[in-house]
Amino acid sequence: MSYRSIAIASVLALAAAGAIAQTPAKAWAPARTSDGQPDLQGTWTNATLTPFQRPPEFAGKEFFTEQEEAAFEKTRLQQNDVESGDDSKRGPADLARRAYNGAWFDRGSHGVNTRRTSLVVDPPDGRVPAMTPEGKKKFDEAHMNFAAHPADGPENRPLSERCILFPNAGPPMLPEPYNNNYQIVQSPGFVTIMAEMVHDVRVVPLDGRPHLPSSIRQWKGDSRGRWEGKTLVIDTINFAYNDKSRFGVVYDGITDQNLHVTERFTRTGPNTIIYRATVDDPTIYSKPWTIETSLSKRQEPIYEYACHEGNYGMFGILSGERAQEKTAASKPR
Amino acid sequence: MIPALAQNPAARIPRMPDGKPNFNGIWQTMNTANWDLQTHGPAMAPVVAMGAQAATPPGLGVIEGSEIPYLPAAAKIKEENYSKRLALDPETKCYLPGVPRATYMPYPFQILQSAQAFMIAYEYAGAARNINMGKPKEPPTDSWMGWSNGHWEGDTLVVDVIGLNDQTWFDRAGDFHSDSLHVVERYTPINADTIQYEATIEDPKTFSRPWKIGMPLYRHLEKNLQLMEFKCVELTEELLYGHLRKEPRK
Repeated sequence: MSYRSIAIASVLALAAAGAIAQTPAKAWAPARTSDGQPDLQGTWTNATLTPFQRPPEFAGKEFFTEQEEAAFEKTRLQQNDVESGDDSKRGPADLARRAYNGAWFDRGSHGVNTRRTSLVVDPPDGRVPAMTPEGKKKFDEAHMNFAAHPADGPENRPLSERCILFPNAGPPMLPEPYNNNYQIVQSPGFVTIMAEMVHDVRVVPLDGRPHLPSSIRQWKGDSRGRWEGKTLVIDTINFAYNDKSRFGVVYDGITDQNLHVTERFTRTGPNTIIYRATVDDPTIYSKPWTIETSLSKRQEPIYEYACHEGNYGMFGILSGERAQEKTAASKPR
Repeated sequence: MIPALAQNPAARIPRMPDGKPNFNGIWQTMNTANWDLQTHGPAMAPVVAMGAQAATPPGLGVIEGSEIPYLPAAAKIKEENYSKRLALDPETKCYLPGVPRATYMPYPFQILQSAQAFMIAYEYAGAARNINMGKPKEPPTDSWMGWSNGHWEGDTLVVDVIGLNDQTWFDRAGDFHSDSLHVVERYTPINADTIQYEATIEDPKTFSRPWKIGMPLYRHLEKNLQLMEFKCVELTEELLYGHLRKEPRK
């Protein structure tokens, strides 16, 4: 289904809702799986136009009005459009953005359906809280290290360029520029979340078993889930550490081995799951912070994203860097 | 007296609420098919320093009729593949294993089955498959793990796998296929902890006729077992990109 037809379908749904608004509203209740869990299954997307942190121009504004949201979405869509319009008004950087044009991107055509002005919802200012002195030190070191050694070897590159982990898979599961698609399966005793990027499957036990020993570190950490009423709560610890961001292009902050992510999935309607994730990393951040996105139902199955198998980019990045070094070394002094 | 249930293993097959076999669990084969689908003796490790650690263990074949019916030109390619197997086997580079190889890689995999979905998550390379149990669909294009349409024939899950690319191998012995590969898998429960797995392999560009492999899948019974993250990508970076480093790794 195209975004346009999704938009039309939602307009029709709103019209239908208006028509029945006269009758007493009955709270929507999710279907249950055979073992009684609220049913979260299906394919979902968290593509959104909503910014990760609240832009300064919306300071103090937690929610858009309907009109403000429409205006914001229009502006965002225009900013994201690198193809139509007058090229003479575009600088080289704008034109370079066409390397990934609109056909690549999957940012959706709307903000989150709570009409919030940022994905960060706590602290209430919509901004990631200050880093601790230790966190700031690690963050600065990571940046200096990257500036000094952009591509000595593959380890200098972000996890996504190495095809190890994309922020879509998380946790926390964050929208990235493309392929923001997920499938959730609820089999007895487990909730499984497959992120299309990069066929990352998180099988989450619900049986209360202990976490893996803390010596075992994984890129997606080690997840355990439970139900709190209608909300699926997943705790994840035992994250592997390197000095790159887990949050991708939306936020380049780091996390370390003390990261604890608590995710909350609540199905609020036939086509919506509200997703909240609290990032608690006491060595890096002065206090925990929380993001919220909405997952929207999709009809299509997700497809294989075989990243590593076609990672010509890594060859290009490293050999390009070696070629530049060679050129620099051969220049007369 | 032997309880009636013990005499009738079919009665002990776990079932979903809708009566279909319940394949949920962590499974693994117990054979040497990943080294060579055909009956083979032991062989030296392809890297001398690895000694017995990476030696090929001997094993009985898993092919019905024992031979792979290669067309003459394909048989030559298989021999070449075998002689260069360390360099050419996609497993060496941590590439997705394809089907049916994913099943008999020497690692566990987990079946996640519900009334609406049937997913298989493999520990090796974090490979995953979605079995479409609804109306069969055509794949948008070829992929490493292919496109799986499933349906039930009695207690047997039949999975028709199409849209497989020509990049994967069947084993470490260089057995290969083209992009005309069509695999039909059959998962039949034989008791609570065993599934009989069969795969019929058809590829008219490579083989003179369809051929079949078969093997049991055994349920892991370890308490609290979970698939571990085996992102072998980072374990192959030195192999793939080491020559492009600024300074060789010490």
